[in-house]
Amino acid sequence: MIKTTSIAIGSILTATTAMAATDISWWHGMGGRNGEVINEISQQFNDAQDQCNLTPISRGTYEEALSSGIAAFRSGEQPNILQVFDAGAATIISAEGATIAAEDLILEAGESFDREAFIPGVRGFYADSDGKFIGMPFNSSAPIMYYNTAAFEEAGVQPPETWEEFEEIAPALKEAGYLPLTASQLTWMMVENFKSRNNLQFASNNNGYDAIDGTEIMVTDEEQVMMFEKLKEWADDGLFGFYGAGWGDNLRPFEEGESAMWIGSSGSFGGLQQSMSDDFSAVFMPYWDGIEGAGTQSFIGGAALFAMAGHPEEENTCTAQFFTFLTSPEVQVYYHKNTGYVPITEAAYEMARDEGYYEEQPVAEIGIQQLQLDGGEWTSGYRMGFYPQIRTVMEREFNRIFSDEVEVSEAFEIIETEGNELLERFGRTASN
Amino acid sequence: MTLTHPSVSVPRRPFARLMRGLAAIGASEPQKRVQFDRPLTPWLFLAPQLAVVVIFFYWPSVEAVLSSFYIEDPFGFGATFVGMENYSDALTNARYQATAAFTAFFCVVVTALSLGIGLLLAVKADKVIRGAGPYKTVLISVYAIAPPVAGLIGMMIFDQHIGPITELFAFFGHDLRVGVNYWDTAIAVITISVWKQIPYNFIFFLSGLQTVPVSVREAALIDARSGWRRFRDIVLPLLAPTAFFLLIINITYAMFDTFAIFDVVVKDKPANNPMTLVYKVYLDGFKGNDIGGSSAQSVILMVVVAALTVVQFRFLERRVHYG
Repeated sequence: MIKTTSIAIGSILTATTAMAATDISWWHGMGGRNGEVINEISQQFNDAQDQCNLTPISRGTYEEALSSGIAAFRSGEQPNILQVFDAGAATIISAEGATIAAEDLILEAGESFDREAFIPGVRGFYADSDGKFIGMPFNSSAPIMYYNTAAFEEAGVQPPETWEEFEEIAPALKEAGYLPLTASQLTWMMVENFKSRNNLQFASNNNGYDAIDGTEIMVTDEEQVMMFEKLKEWADDGLFGFYGAGWGDNLRPFEEGESAMWIGSSGSFGGLQQSMSDDFSAVFMPYWDGIEGAGTQSFIGGAALFAMAGHPEEENTCTAQFFTFLTSPEVQVYYHKNTGYVPITEAAYEMARDEGYYEEQPVAEIGIQQLQLDGGEWTSGYRMGFYPQIRTVMEREFNRIFSDEVEVSEAFEIIETEGNELLERFGRTASN
Repeated sequence: MTLTHPSVSVPRRPFARLMRGLAAIGASEPQKRVQFDRPLTPWLFLAPQLAVVVIFFYWPSVEAVLSSFYIEDPFGFGATFVGMENYSDALTNARYQATAAFTAFFCVVVTALSLGIGLLLAVKADKVIRGAGPYKTVLISVYAIAPPVAGLIGMMIFDQHIGPITELFAFFGHDLRVGVNYWDTAIAVITISVWKQIPYNFIFFLSGLQTVPVSVREAALIDARSGWRRFRDIVLPLLAPTAFFLLIINITYAMFDTFAIFDVVVKDKPANNPMTLVYKVYLDGFKGNDIGGSSAQSVILMVVVAALTVVQFRFLERRVHYG
């Protein structure tokens, strides 16, 4: 009895000590292994200090995390940290007052912040047009091209660097009995990153960074239409497989050794190691040699963390401490190795390299190398409101293209028209 | 009994009673008012129910109506009053019209098929003497499956790469591409939705059939040799109240409850796949964060449902004989 009482008192005391720490919350949209890693990192943060206690909460998918974050903000119940994916960047960044710029937050908490410490590819995407970090880059990925090593040996060809080379080698792969190429999420691969890999403008107003009003999407250019005319042609010739907008449907042929190449995320690496029975490797996502100035870096994909406004100062200080903790090389390397997302700071990249990680796992380096290629005028990012809906329009039209319901040029006219209607609508939501 | 006079006492006519009850709320009948000494007492009893209705139905509805007149920043910082623009935008939008047309088509097909097949199975199961229990259990068990799970099971059998139904179609020379081709996806969603709803209709039709008195059936047997005629002239009219109830339930099911099935089948990426109006409300509001546009769509949906209810009760229920 005495023992029970003392245990009870003990646990009350522990609880009180824990309560002395400032609680902060983190809503995210990651599941599976990636979700577990988030819990591990939070635990590491809690163990490393005793002023702050971070609780991560999964809110479903990226879109659901953003929606519930918005709903919570409207009712004054917002978390301290909200994870927002690339396509939702404009939504949260345009809502000034909903967030505290990560850079301001960290400096106000008395910590140091150096933009140059981040690898070039991640600097611009979640920053304002002056380069100030609004969101804290977190899980960052790049679209890369995985290939089945055996398929290429059988066909006696080399993985292509450019789409021109792809056209040369694809028939050999087909002859060897493979479907040469599949790709997941064509919006990300063949529009957004097509733009950045080939250094082409994506939207007016400096890709949307300079202003919300008057920003128009630019997808009816000759090059963009050509990319999809080629894809359609390849699909008709049996060189490219299209299985709809679902990520997994386009990945499966590669996992089952039917397709020789698959364009996916650098973050898919961890999953592929488990699901692929054949040996695989990866190269950069191809670009068009025929387009002048092409071969530039890709946009950063994935998501960033945003510090939500409306919290007391001590909580904001904890959030800032956590952001600093996240960018430390040790945490970055841990995250990189466990998820396949790229390290976001130069120091973390060097640390992983010095540890010899890329000699063991060369594929893990492809994404970060691609993000460190030369940048161009149009490679730092894009900022368009209602962009998740614009992606939905694209996905719809892509399905129609590959079901012979619409010509490529007409499809992109529709995307541009509907996209601009959405952008115009978004301009009217803003508080101006 | 004249069906045009609902005031005639018909004990097995729940809907008519409900409507009369609703009408009585507005009418001042002094007899009824004196039943409570204190005027507050009835309200006290009503309060919990009213609170639920107000909080979970009226309040959100009013909010939806209000925000449908604005184009609003998702975080609530700013809103522009646009009058009826959200409505006219939705109604004149070709995609919205196509979605509405598909929703109507989908409701008719799913309701017709699941009612038809449910009735057929119930009639046949009613005749089974040996092993009736297990037979019925097997038919009913599907009802226990939640819509998202039904969607998942459906997606396995319709999978582009490994689905057995896809292989079946391939055997007959059709390249079934659920998720890519509009009508292929429609076939999949309709099949899964119907499959999920048949057991529900089956249970109700079966219990409806069992209330048809044996004496009536035997009397009919003397009058008509044809089983189909006996079914049409005797059993079907007696089943009409059940069928009417199921009709409403099935239309509601097709319009709203199939949401999860759509969500699973299109895997979160609608692309060019067919969808219902409810799914579009979710898509624009929750994934697109367009609160004004999505609110306008949900108000349109409310109006449609209200209109549908009125039509059903005014024109269809008159034909139903409650015995």
